[in-house]
Amino acid sequence: MGRVEPSLFSSTSDPGIDQANRPDPRAFWVVTFAFVLTVTSFGKYEISRLTPLFFYPVTIGTLYGVSARALLRKAFFALPFVLLVGLFNPLLDRQVLLEIGGYSLSGGWVSFFSITMRSMLAVTSAILLAMTTPFDRLCLGLEKMRVPRVLVTQLQFLHRYMFLLRGEALRMVRAHDLRAQGNKPRIALSTAGSMIGLLLLRALDRATRVHRAMLVRGFDGEVRVLHPLRFSWSRDGGFALGWILYFVLVRLVNLPEWLFGWVVGR
Amino acid sequence: MHMADALLSPAVGGTMWAVAAGLTAYSAKKLKDSPDESRVPLMGVLGAFIFAAQMINFSIPVTGSSGHIGGGMILAILLGPYAAFLVLVSVLTVQALFFADGGLLALGCNIFNMGFFPCFIAYPFIYLKIAGQNPTRKKILLAATLSAVVGLQLGAFSVVLETMASGISELPFKTFVLLMQPIHLAIGFIEGLITTAVVTFVWQARPEVLEASSRKTGLRGIPMKKVLTGLALAAVVTGGVFSWFASSYPDGLEWSMARTSGSEELEAPEGGIHATLSALQEKSAFLPDYGFRKAPANEYEAAAGEHAHWPAVDPGTSLSGLVGGSLTLILAGMAGMLIRRLSSGRN
Repeated sequence: MGRVEPSLFSSTSDPGIDQANRPDPRAFWVVTFAFVLTVTSFGKYEISRLTPLFFYPVTIGTLYGVSARALLRKAFFALPFVLLVGLFNPLLDRQVLLEIGGYSLSGGWVSFFSITMRSMLAVTSAILLAMTTPFDRLCLGLEKMRVPRVLVTQLQFLHRYMFLLRGEALRMVRAHDLRAQGNKPRIALSTAGSMIGLLLLRALDRATRVHRAMLVRGFDGEVRVLHPLRFSWSRDGGFALGWILYFVLVRLVNLPEWLFGWVVGR
Repeated sequence: MHMADALLSPAVGGTMWAVAAGLTAYSAKKLKDSPDESRVPLMGVLGAFIFAAQMINFSIPVTGSSGHIGGGMILAILLGPYAAFLVLVSVLTVQALFFADGGLLALGCNIFNMGFFPCFIAYPFIYLKIAGQNPTRKKILLAATLSAVVGLQLGAFSVVLETMASGISELPFKTFVLLMQPIHLAIGFIEGLITTAVVTFVWQARPEVLEASSRKTGLRGIPMKKVLTGLALAAVVTGGVFSWFASSYPDGLEWSMARTSGSEELEAPEGGIHATLSALQEKSAFLPDYGFRKAPANEYEAAAGEHAHWPAVDPGTSLSGLVGGSLTLILAGMAGMLIRRLSSGRN
């Protein structure tokens, strides 16, 4: 318990990470949005022009110690819907776009690869944002960027209770499984209704208790933090401006073709 | 049903972001004006409840598969439209950040598809009308099922429209609608049944929880016309601002160059120093003068020409893209390794 409490209430969730050397969450939010806008602004047949954008996740990931495996595993979760919709492209768009050594590739396959790449890029940037910056600091950044305070407080509460209630739900499921017959017990819909209802009532009770405890301590709708954000123009402004300039460059100049031209000397 | 960044254009994503931001600001203001702003802890715990409830997988009748609750309707019924909408916004944000559901640009679409329809359409116009006053078991069953079905159908249709407007997917409108709507009809029924089961349970165990929310909320007193006009205006303005991204013309610079000079690239003068230099360059290149057979002209190409598609790709530039792209990726990987080497050396 001694370990849980500080992590719940301090503004930096991982004391092992020195947040002072990381960019301000506002800068990070802005760069992430600029990145996603750049990724999605390319045409649907673009594959090679997306590749310079991989510098962003690779650099941020290695710089801030995010393991590539964890990042990719999370990014793959996003793929099923995208692949399901994207797989129709090769079926419907059969115009040949690319011929190399006798092999031809249809526009559908090209756009399908492009969609997969977009998905990987866009999703990893969002996950990187969440994995490199503690949630409280992300919320603080949002508040400074004029996101309604009710929503920011809501996000903070949601994040604090998410794991607690998940644990409670998992315990209920385990209790059901132990009492159910058969090797692979399944929860009937009516039983699930009662279980979820019960979980809901427990959550409501907990919320009421927490709410009263907070009111007694003077809660007025605002969560105050000990470490306010400090935006440094040299560190955070430089971080944001540098990356945004790079994204603009990638959008305006065809870097892979330029690189190819440089290698073959054209 | 999460919309994904990969299928979106910036114009559509940006427009939906503006709509979602407008709705969020409006709901936040409404909640702030209401006497119990301090209900926020309750909302927070209920948002967490949605995640927890999704851990309970139940078996779906007839099909033999299993599923979990979505939760939008339950939130609307318990908290009323404004608070429920904000809780859904927070849930979808956390899903986008931690669980790779959708992405950040698609967040606006997802908030609209999964938050707006249950909270501001299905709840006030279906659920409250049927089961708002004097709920009975049958009324709750009908109201919850109908509103879950309608909410999900509208949400799924909205996904189709957003995908179509973005133009990344090749799926024809009709096929996509025929794929999405029946699937979500089934999901809607299941969602309706589980919502009914949960709401009935709560209604029997603690009727005051439901009564309190249905009395206080509802959309009475909302100037819907003003809200809709505001949303439409926001959508038009941001659509205009973002649409240069989605333009099917060449980049602005190339386009203006083509208008002034008649060709998209300025031609180099023949002879002189330029010709000498380029001859020298051709000699030193190890893959000089690559070129590829153009794709056979067919009716697709003619059609593509008429519609002024996204920048057309010709096979010659495709190879440079392929090789250049691979080189860029290798460089990106090497940059990562270099950074790691440097930072481990410093520690």
